[in-house]
Amino acid sequence: MSIDQNTAAKVAKLARIKVEEEALPELAAEFNTILEFIEQLNEVDVEGVEPMTSVTPQRLKRRQDVVNDGNQQDKVLVNAPDSREGFFAVPKVVE
Amino acid sequence: MSDLNKLGLAEARDALRKGETSSVELTQACLGAIDKADALNAFVHKTPEIALERAAAADARLKQGEAPAMCGLPVGIKDLFCTKGVASQAASKILDGFVPEYESTVSQQLADNGAVMLGKLNMDEFAMGSSNETSTYGNAVSPWRRGNDDTPLTPGGSSGGSAAAVAADLCLAATGTDTGGSIRQPAAFTGTVGIKPTYGRCSRWGVVAFASSLDQAGPMTKSVRDAAIMLEAMSGHDPKDSTSADLAVPNFEAMLTGDIRGKKIGIPKEYHMDGMPAEIEKLWSEGTAMLKAAGAEIVDISLPHTKYALPAYYVIAPAEASSNLARYDGVRYGNRALLEAGDGITEMYEKTRAAGFGDEVKRRVMVGTYVLSAGFYDAYYNRARRVRSLIKQDFENVFAAGIDAILTPATPSAAFGLGEMSDADPVAMYLLDVFTVTVNLAGLPGIALPAGLDSQGLPLGLQLIGRPWEEGDLLNTAYALEQSTGFVAKPGEWW
Repeated sequence: MSIDQNTAAKVAKLARIKVEEEALPELAAEFNTILEFIEQLNEVDVEGVEPMTSVTPQRLKRRQDVVNDGNQQDKVLVNAPDSREGFFAVPKVVE
Repeated sequence: MSDLNKLGLAEARDALRKGETSSVELTQACLGAIDKADALNAFVHKTPEIALERAAAADARLKQGEAPAMCGLPVGIKDLFCTKGVASQAASKILDGFVPEYESTVSQQLADNGAVMLGKLNMDEFAMGSSNETSTYGNAVSPWRRGNDDTPLTPGGSSGGSAAAVAADLCLAATGTDTGGSIRQPAAFTGTVGIKPTYGRCSRWGVVAFASSLDQAGPMTKSVRDAAIMLEAMSGHDPKDSTSADLAVPNFEAMLTGDIRGKKIGIPKEYHMDGMPAEIEKLWSEGTAMLKAAGAEIVDISLPHTKYALPAYYVIAPAEASSNLARYDGVRYGNRALLEAGDGITEMYEKTRAAGFGDEVKRRVMVGTYVLSAGFYDAYYNRARRVRSLIKQDFENVFAAGIDAILTPATPSAAFGLGEMSDADPVAMYLLDVFTVTVNLAGLPGIALPAGLDSQGLPLGLQLIGRPWEEGDLLNTAYALEQSTGFVAKPGEWW
């Protein structure tokens, strides 16, 4: 599987990382180096092997379904690049 | 007492108990050493006021008696741990200015035990790197040099600042985190001890997430005994991390008897890599002989899927990273890129992430995005998770056959010069983790300890891998090996 510039651009878009047009060939080449390395995995017979979901077998704990936190609006917003009137502020989302 | 910063945790603890020194004196010695060591770029956010305040509180607590083992001992905290009121930015530009309103469970436990935080330590950006060269703070520099050659060397990564600080006696010990070798590889490069415990032993809450199924915190120290003391303080169940294990934490230090008679030590044939330096092979066989001389039984073993650990890791870790790092979007915390008139929210995301992430982080996020994308999920991600199951099975098979611990080299080479790998392709850097990454994939405990010097005078480390949840037994085997190697070398102070 080889990645061309169009695929590289598509991946950058999916990852929401702006990549300039002129940087795409190098990015595609790097992807291909890494993918070539990864493709060694195709040598392994994985027939009938379950994909690992949890490295230590354990049941996830459940907690009581009750409110145990909250009323921290100031603390939640204190690190926001832009907050107004108790909300996170972002550029216009809807036309 | 002089040179208090050069003490280890156990020695300093005992000196405090005997009233030979105070936490304030220990802390001042470390703060003095830190201020003289800016050339190492290990401490990137210094917190002397917090340190002296906690030291005074620790001294008061010690006077009352019954203080925990870590009480009054000055340590450094890797920048990946969120620390309340103190900048915590995972060495990334995208978190410039981020000051958490909360404290990670591990650093809170250390504080509750009375440990004194000296400041935050350099690392690779989001813990992605093996040389501490991807940090927004610039490179951390190893205190070690090749003889009289003044080429700056890497302290390893990603916990490079932690390793440099401990090796240079800027602190008594430090926290690290390990996703593919980020505690053990820098420990090996700097002649220090580092243990990655079993997955789930330490809470991940408040530790900036890289690859959640692999990340574990652990101590980086000057001796195996110190590692036992600090690991105990860092460990334990945390309701805020659903993957943290609800298991009792043993007194690891009490398990250090040095008696390993009858223990079965496995030597995996797959770890004899083509092109591995003869010095590493020699170190490994010497370590094997030492364990045998200490009464252990040496057994040749096979871990047949070893070769596929790194490729599996470089699917799974980027996949998890692409998901974890989606939160850095310029909305809730950190930096937002300057926008132009007419830019909407998508441009804001794309520009913020392009400006805030470094090249290696971008590369891994995009590789992760690719392997998770429609049409490739099965071919890459699910296949890698299947291979991961096989890698874990390899270990389960040898443990079922009675193996107590596995001895391997910690790294395929000694530390290299900063910048020496910059022209290599990304995969060449990834290969540095070849001996450590299997342990993360299988969720096992692994410890690196110094075992000798190479011909250029640089430290080389060995790794011991243990059974899940048996860190105490693993530490004891490491303790026996430490006594046999008698490693005491320290870097000459040039900084």
